[in-house]
Amino acid sequence: MSTVRVENIKKTYEKGQVLALDDVSFEVKSGELFGLIGPDGAGKTSLFRILTTLLVPDAGRAEVAGLDVVKDLWKIRQIVGYMPGKFSLYQDLSIEENLNFFATVFNTTVAQNYHLIEEIYVQIEPFKHRLAGKLSGGMKQKLALCCALIHEPKVLFLDEPTTGVDPVSRKEFWDMLDRLKARGITIVVSTPYMDEASRCDRIALIQKGKILELDTLDQIITRHAQNLYAVDADNRYNLMNDLRKNTEIVSAFAFGEEQHVTLPPHFQDKYLSEFLKEKGHTGIKVRKIAPTIEDTFIKLMLENQ
Amino acid sequence: MKTFVAFIRKEFWHVLRDTRSLVILLGLPVVMMILFGFALSSEVKNSNVAILDYSNDDASRLLIDRIDQSQYFSVKERLKTEAEIERVFRRGEARLVVIFPQNFQEDLSHTNQVQVRFIGDASDPNTSNIVINYASSIFRDYQNELNEQKKLPYTIETETRMLYNPQLKSSYNFVPGVMTLILMLLGAMMTSVSIVKEKETGTMEILLVSPMRPLLVVLSKAVPYLFLCFIDVVIILLLAIFLLDMPIRGSLPLLLAESLLFILTTLSLGLLVSAVVDSQQTAMFLSLVGFLMPALVFSGFMFPIENMPLPLQIVSNIVPTKWYYSIVRAIMVKGLGFSYVAKQTLILAVMTVVYLTVAIRKFKIRLA
Repeated sequence: MSTVRVENIKKTYEKGQVLALDDVSFEVKSGELFGLIGPDGAGKTSLFRILTTLLVPDAGRAEVAGLDVVKDLWKIRQIVGYMPGKFSLYQDLSIEENLNFFATVFNTTVAQNYHLIEEIYVQIEPFKHRLAGKLSGGMKQKLALCCALIHEPKVLFLDEPTTGVDPVSRKEFWDMLDRLKARGITIVVSTPYMDEASRCDRIALIQKGKILELDTLDQIITRHAQNLYAVDADNRYNLMNDLRKNTEIVSAFAFGEEQHVTLPPHFQDKYLSEFLKEKGHTGIKVRKIAPTIEDTFIKLMLENQ
Repeated sequence: MKTFVAFIRKEFWHVLRDTRSLVILLGLPVVMMILFGFALSSEVKNSNVAILDYSNDDASRLLIDRIDQSQYFSVKERLKTEAEIERVFRRGEARLVVIFPQNFQEDLSHTNQVQVRFIGDASDPNTSNIVINYASSIFRDYQNELNEQKKLPYTIETETRMLYNPQLKSSYNFVPGVMTLILMLLGAMMTSVSIVKEKETGTMEILLVSPMRPLLVVLSKAVPYLFLCFIDVVIILLLAIFLLDMPIRGSLPLLLAESLLFILTTLSLGLLVSAVVDSQQTAMFLSLVGFLMPALVFSGFMFPIENMPLPLQIVSNIVPTKWYYSIVRAIMVKGLGFSYVAKQTLILAVMTVVYLTVAIRKFKIRLA
């Protein structure tokens, strides 16, 4: 059974000048932790806003928990929890006041659904009288999640919840999402961080309003197997230039200090080391590596250009 | 209902925690009243006068003394020649020059006719008019004193009574004016900014994805400002009574009730703006230019509406401040009862309902 169903959604801005979503279709199963992975401007926020009834799509239709996002506006607004990309709680209200307010907005009380937020709330409770505007990024995130959860939503939409949050808080945040998933809440989350893809049940790679690939992380990587090598040499600048000029090489990208180089399937690492020696490089290191989701994403991006 | 209360409480927190806005909300009426009451007086007092006295006899000296003693004038300078007049005005040393001809007293008693010249500085036409009126009245009084001794064949005596404001105090004019302006400015601007702020900070995005109905959001925004604007009315009235000695001639409850109605009008206008506009800056600009300017021009407070060309007079009818201003003057200054302000009250009530309806209709239930 699918909780979120998106069919051929199209969305443009500026009277059709800017294409935000181009014929997007996918489904999210009940109780799934679904990730939308893509760079800024890929259309993630537009998609979230359509699913949370904030925007009307130009074409196509979408359902959340069997309700149409355009027609059943008020019903959907009662059963979804939404955390926008930008911190959107009242900065001049304290943690406690924000939480109480949003509980009342959804016709419930903090006490009634405390079990849902308890694990998260205890971490920020010592500061409950502090104004939301004076909290750290991680604490803001936790408060926003509490507020989105307080009415026990069936579906949780989290738009880039970990952007601007430190690595430790990010990890904690994903741990919390796992526990929420265990309670049966369907979660749709977006992120620009590829490394967070591994925390999702299934992911959709999205770029320029189009879904490039949709599956579990492992499946996607396996499906797009690459003959990939990590290359390093003493003169990194020349290394980069030489690799890019070589027309035999499929692609070469700077990846940290190394270059990730994709070769045609039948080529071997010997080809690279010989090519670089020929170009006069010293300190050459070449090793075969398994592609990560980032390598796969870059590959998909190139294929779609 | 519980949600509505929670919303109103939240709005009060916003208002009370924003010290800067609160200072403006409560300080502005006090500052305006004090400014208009003491600094920006339209009464002309202690104007400098220069005298050119060619006769220098008893009669002219008596008149010069009277001019100097009056609270409106102080004689600053005695001129010797007409050539000096130009200099006095150019340097702004006098607003008025009084010229007595030669043989002033002699001509007056023998030929029964003499001319005195007033030369005024009309670069400020209103003030020079007032100044010349004051000066003329000093000479008229003197003339009447002389006439008492002889009976003239034909005399028309005019007896003037200024009703409602016998002392011609300017506070009778500006207190209703300040009330009108303050309520218009604060009511419309503060509410419009407060809703738009939710759009700008993104909190509207969360509020929209909730079962909250637009009506509730819009109305709850208006409640705290209703209270604060009402407090402003009370502050202004207290200052008027105790600081400016201005009595409230009509019924105080009626005045307060009418003020409450006008506050509702301005609040709905503010809500209307916020429903249409997307940034706090635009809201502020629209309130200042779109509301404060017409409020100032078309209330009748600064410029009499009867003097305007017909098209502008028609335009003035859609400006709510005009109606409230006339209500306040009728009740406060003239002491009239409800039947005299019923028409204005009805107009304000209709305006309020229209603004509010459009505001709620226009309230976007989505982002775009």
